[in-house]
Amino acid sequence: MEDKKLSSLIQLVGIYKHFGGVSALEDINFEVGSNEVVGLIGDNGAGKSTMIKVIMGVHRADKGKICFKGEEVKNWSVEKARKCGVETVYQEKALGEKQTVWSNIFMGRELSNRFGFLKIKKAKEETDRIMKDYIGFTSKAITPDSFVNTMSGGEQQGVAIARALYFNAELIILDEPTTALSLSETKKVLDFIKKIKENGRSAIMISHSIYQLYPVSDRFVILDRGKIVGEFKKEEISLDGLVEEMYRIATTGHLSKKS
Amino acid sequence: MLKSNNLMNSSWINSARRYRIQLSVSGVLVVLFSIFIIGRPGVFLSYDIYYAFMSTIPFTAIPALALTLVIVTGEIDLSFPSAMGMGGLVFSYVFLATKNIYIAIVACLITGLIIGALNGFLVTKVRIPSLVATIGTMYLWRGVIMVLCSGRGIPLVSTRNTFLFQALVGRLPWKKIPMQVVWFIVIAIFLWVLLNRHKFGSHVYHLGDNINSARMMGINVNRVKLFVFMQMGVFAAFAGVLASLEVTYFWPTLGSGYLMKAIAAVFVGGTSVVGGVGTLFGTCIGVIIVGCLEAGIIAMGMTGFWTQLVYGLIIIISLSAYSFLRREK
Repeated sequence: MEDKKLSSLIQLVGIYKHFGGVSALEDINFEVGSNEVVGLIGDNGAGKSTMIKVIMGVHRADKGKICFKGEEVKNWSVEKARKCGVETVYQEKALGEKQTVWSNIFMGRELSNRFGFLKIKKAKEETDRIMKDYIGFTSKAITPDSFVNTMSGGEQQGVAIARALYFNAELIILDEPTTALSLSETKKVLDFIKKIKENGRSAIMISHSIYQLYPVSDRFVILDRGKIVGEFKKEEISLDGLVEEMYRIATTGHLSKKS
Repeated sequence: MLKSNNLMNSSWINSARRYRIQLSVSGVLVVLFSIFIIGRPGVFLSYDIYYAFMSTIPFTAIPALALTLVIVTGEIDLSFPSAMGMGGLVFSYVFLATKNIYIAIVACLITGLIIGALNGFLVTKVRIPSLVATIGTMYLWRGVIMVLCSGRGIPLVSTRNTFLFQALVGRLPWKKIPMQVVWFIVIAIFLWVLLNRHKFGSHVYHLGDNINSARMMGINVNRVKLFVFMQMGVFAAFAGVLASLEVTYFWPTLGSGYLMKAIAAVFVGGTSVVGGVGTLFGTCIGVIIVGCLEAGIIAMGMTGFWTQLVYGLIIIISLSAYSFLRREK
């Protein structure tokens, strides 16, 4: 327990979030350790995306605190999350689809001189390298100058993932990263998540597919109607067991035993 | 050899696809001028008509350039004609009071900045959609002008002897090119650099393309919008001064004739009404098309009544063409 505390990367303590009268998150206590991949599971509307947006600083929690490496960070925001090395690959990819690949890779973090003028040539060269090294893009049809809306959904996801990787994230949040991907592209993403761990980084992955989550995650956290209803380490539960628990929650609203 | 030819062809095709909107708008301009030149070679092959265009088009062009940035962010500013009027009014008052044209121009630019900042504040902080917020400020500032000058104009003949007058609306020794064209070109280059070579421009495009993505990626969307409205106010006020100085007279309805022309020029130039897409090159061509149309129609022997009909047709045809071009990926 002591070890776990020491190696804690990010911690959410007693987080509440309301939208109008609707409670989206209720008393969330959640932790990701260093070099750990956490699979976040839950039905539509369970609060997964809201929780991710709280971690990213997009939504501000109504109550509760966020700690990074054991220290509380006040007024958690997008900028602070980024400074701590939290990067997200959103379900909606957070791309400007009418803009070029290079412009998207550096969106909000443009390579520029001290007067703010863009280093376009360098940005394009870096984009070319990033796309080849991290995502393995070999298609000649896609260049740093390609417009994102001319690429497939999977390729767009690749741009978003490459961007997260490039900025040396300590914690990469993957929000349904495989939804739009073909089978072969999905495999690539799953391989990449394994690489995150190999590199000593951490990740939170949200997916509807437990079958995709299971092989890459170290721990599983189950959300239901804005609350964490279960938590399992991989060694505690088999894939079939996890599927069973999910089914039980969907039908009865609770687990077989409190984990 | 064959392979390299193919590669060249494909890169040529890619460039053509990338710049298809700009090529189309340039095509419209070429066709239009071909019609004018064939129809009235005497008029359209002489320098005089181009001199006239250079004297008048910059007053529409400068606000249209600034408006392009506003529309690329997915917003609109309908109050810029009133900002032009306010710029002209403040300039005239300060000049008459101080007899110093430099102080007058600075006061005018600050006025534009304040007008733009108010629009930006209403849109970003009070969260009124820009379409309605700027209708409000359009009436507000026009009302202020009317109240302050009681609907009367102000002669500015005494500005003629100043250096700044010559620098703003004087004529160059070569071909008597009007200085307002030089200002138009300088502002176009400045805004082009800002939009295409500075991170501010990158934020403008991303904000207009997908405001949520821009926010998620840490772009301060409110600050970008505020700056965009502020530059609109400054350039509109500046154009207002140029328009007053050209005729050495401030008139209280100054600016109101430029609203639809500038908006039409931006859209004819290929800027998307939903934001995220648009070029200043397109706006420059658009503004020339819109600016030349009236003179062209009259020179062709048609009555001025045809002007609006042709404006309408050109706008509808170009926007339909862009809509088809954008669908084809």
